[in-house]
Amino acid sequence: MTTSEGVAVRLEACAKTFPDGTRALEPMTLDIARGETMVFLGPSGCGKTTTLRVIAGLERPDPGGRVLFNGEDVTHIPIERRNVGMVFQSYALFPNMSVAENICYGLKIRGVTRAERASRLTELVALTGIAGLEHRAIDQLSGGQRQRVALARAVAIRPRVLLLDEPLTALDASLRERLRGDLNQLLRSLGITAVYVTHDQAEAMALGDRIVVMRHGAIAQIGAPREIYFTPADRFVAEFIGAANIIEATAKDGFIALPGGRIGLADNTKTAGTVVVMIRPETIKIVAPGDAGLRGKVETVSFVGDRVRLTVTEAAERALTIDAANSTQVRIGDRVGLAIDPAAVRQLERR
Amino acid sequence: MRDRLLFAAQLVFTLLVAAFLIVPALLSMLAGVTANYFRGISSGLTLDWVLQVWDLYADTILRSFEIAFATLACTLVIGVPAAYALHARGDRLARLIEEIITLPLAIPGLAIALALLLTYGGFGDFRRSWSFILVGHVVFTLPFMVRSVMAVLGQIDVRTLDESAASLGASPWRRFRDVIVPNATPGILAGSLMVVTLSLGEFNLTWMLHTPLTKTLPVGLADSYASMRLEVASAYTLVFFVMIIPLLVAMQLIGRRNGRPGTARA
Repeated sequence: MTTSEGVAVRLEACAKTFPDGTRALEPMTLDIARGETMVFLGPSGCGKTTTLRVIAGLERPDPGGRVLFNGEDVTHIPIERRNVGMVFQSYALFPNMSVAENICYGLKIRGVTRAERASRLTELVALTGIAGLEHRAIDQLSGGQRQRVALARAVAIRPRVLLLDEPLTALDASLRERLRGDLNQLLRSLGITAVYVTHDQAEAMALGDRIVVMRHGAIAQIGAPREIYFTPADRFVAEFIGAANIIEATAKDGFIALPGGRIGLADNTKTAGTVVVMIRPETIKIVAPGDAGLRGKVETVSFVGDRVRLTVTEAAERALTIDAANSTQVRIGDRVGLAIDPAAVRQLERR
Repeated sequence: MRDRLLFAAQLVFTLLVAAFLIVPALLSMLAGVTANYFRGISSGLTLDWVLQVWDLYADTILRSFEIAFATLACTLVIGVPAAYALHARGDRLARLIEEIITLPLAIPGLAIALALLLTYGGFGDFRRSWSFILVGHVVFTLPFMVRSVMAVLGQIDVRTLDESAASLGASPWRRFRDVIVPNATPGILAGSLMVVTLSLGEFNLTWMLHTPLTKTLPVGLADSYASMRLEVASAYTLVFFVMIIPLLVAMQLIGRRNGRPGTARA
């Protein structure tokens, strides 16, 4: 497989105001490295799709904003001359064309010869795992197959950037997980610059080299998946990515005091006054009540297969969520001790 | 027992209503092949009247078909891109334009004809040619084409299809040709059927706009009713039916074959 190398993408002060006055995007400056997979993550209406469309050339940024591909200003180049590959949430396959015609459409537009198109088609169907379906009509394909055709079609033109707008959202959960793995492998093997929009945090962490968390048209945080997960910049990011216990309490002498006891703070955090901290559910250990500085009462227990999710009251103001190993034997009403490593207690900015 | 009685009563009623509507048409066509209508069938059957109609009015029949297909060509060339543009814009201006295009349906044909005569009646050559009638027909039938194409565009996600073709490098014209038109085919066919049918049967406008040398089929029919034997006029109706029914059936069949998206491609 010939690798498409892609370009570095730079957004410079890109804002977007729609004709009705809605501000979809605050001025945003962002660099996406060559070959990197950048995931835009956020709730609906946060501006992630608008950002993707600005990069694609489907939306023009407000005056002053610029889009650069490898330093070349493409702000005023329409999408049909930007050479970007797009995968839409609805796939937007052409119903009047077969699978092969769909995949080869961009090549046909570029005047690629029939023989070359045929060999490229063979390559692409093998790459995306849809060999044998070339002559099918689009309405004879399953959802997963359509997704692969859309991907093959977008990659066929050797795009400078591959843009994916919630490409897995239309699929059911088990298929989504499998295709996520395939997609990840494909993006790595192509080494292409990719921009991926999703509202699914698991997808974002599995696929992204870096994640841009967005809120209200602005960037809330940029970072590698681990960074975003373990050191969220603020409460919004903490709560949007995974589950989080957010505790607001008074700190004193390196501990925060709670109704059920106290939690130690790491040395590098603020250790006095009112603080807001985040603790991930899987970092809290269930121990015997006598062995811990913090105690509570089990309120709910749900066994979800790979783990047990508990809520424990009376430890903090609000119930704490805890993910324990699936072998944990606790019952509702049990009194338990909670052991928390100070390093896992992440202090957040107060708002 | 009661159910069967009810069913029988309903069936009889339905058949009576159908007969009420169909019998006049059948009688009219029968009159066209009767030697003397006032003496009835007993006077014998003949094709003389049909031949006479063909001698007198063959040109109007031919002209009607010319105008109908010219109208179709115009509504395709104007209507399909217009429907696409209106759908793509989808804003208040687009809705306003759509309303304006639809307006001729609400205005009596006579009024439109009068307006055309007042405005363009002075252009002698134009006034005397059948293209004058063509203009009237296009004004009258365009909304049917635009509306039926827009209806289909509304069902498929045209905007995203268009964007995805654009991302693959297709120019606006290629997108229109390769993606929009093929996927709007069911609407284009339905619209075409309406346009041809309406144009062939159009009388109001045409009656005002025609000259003795640019009569169409319905105008010729009115003419024969007014000035010929009843048998001739009836034979004319017969000819009209014989010509138009195969055409309509053919267009319906084509429409049905291409009507289902995804099966159109070879």
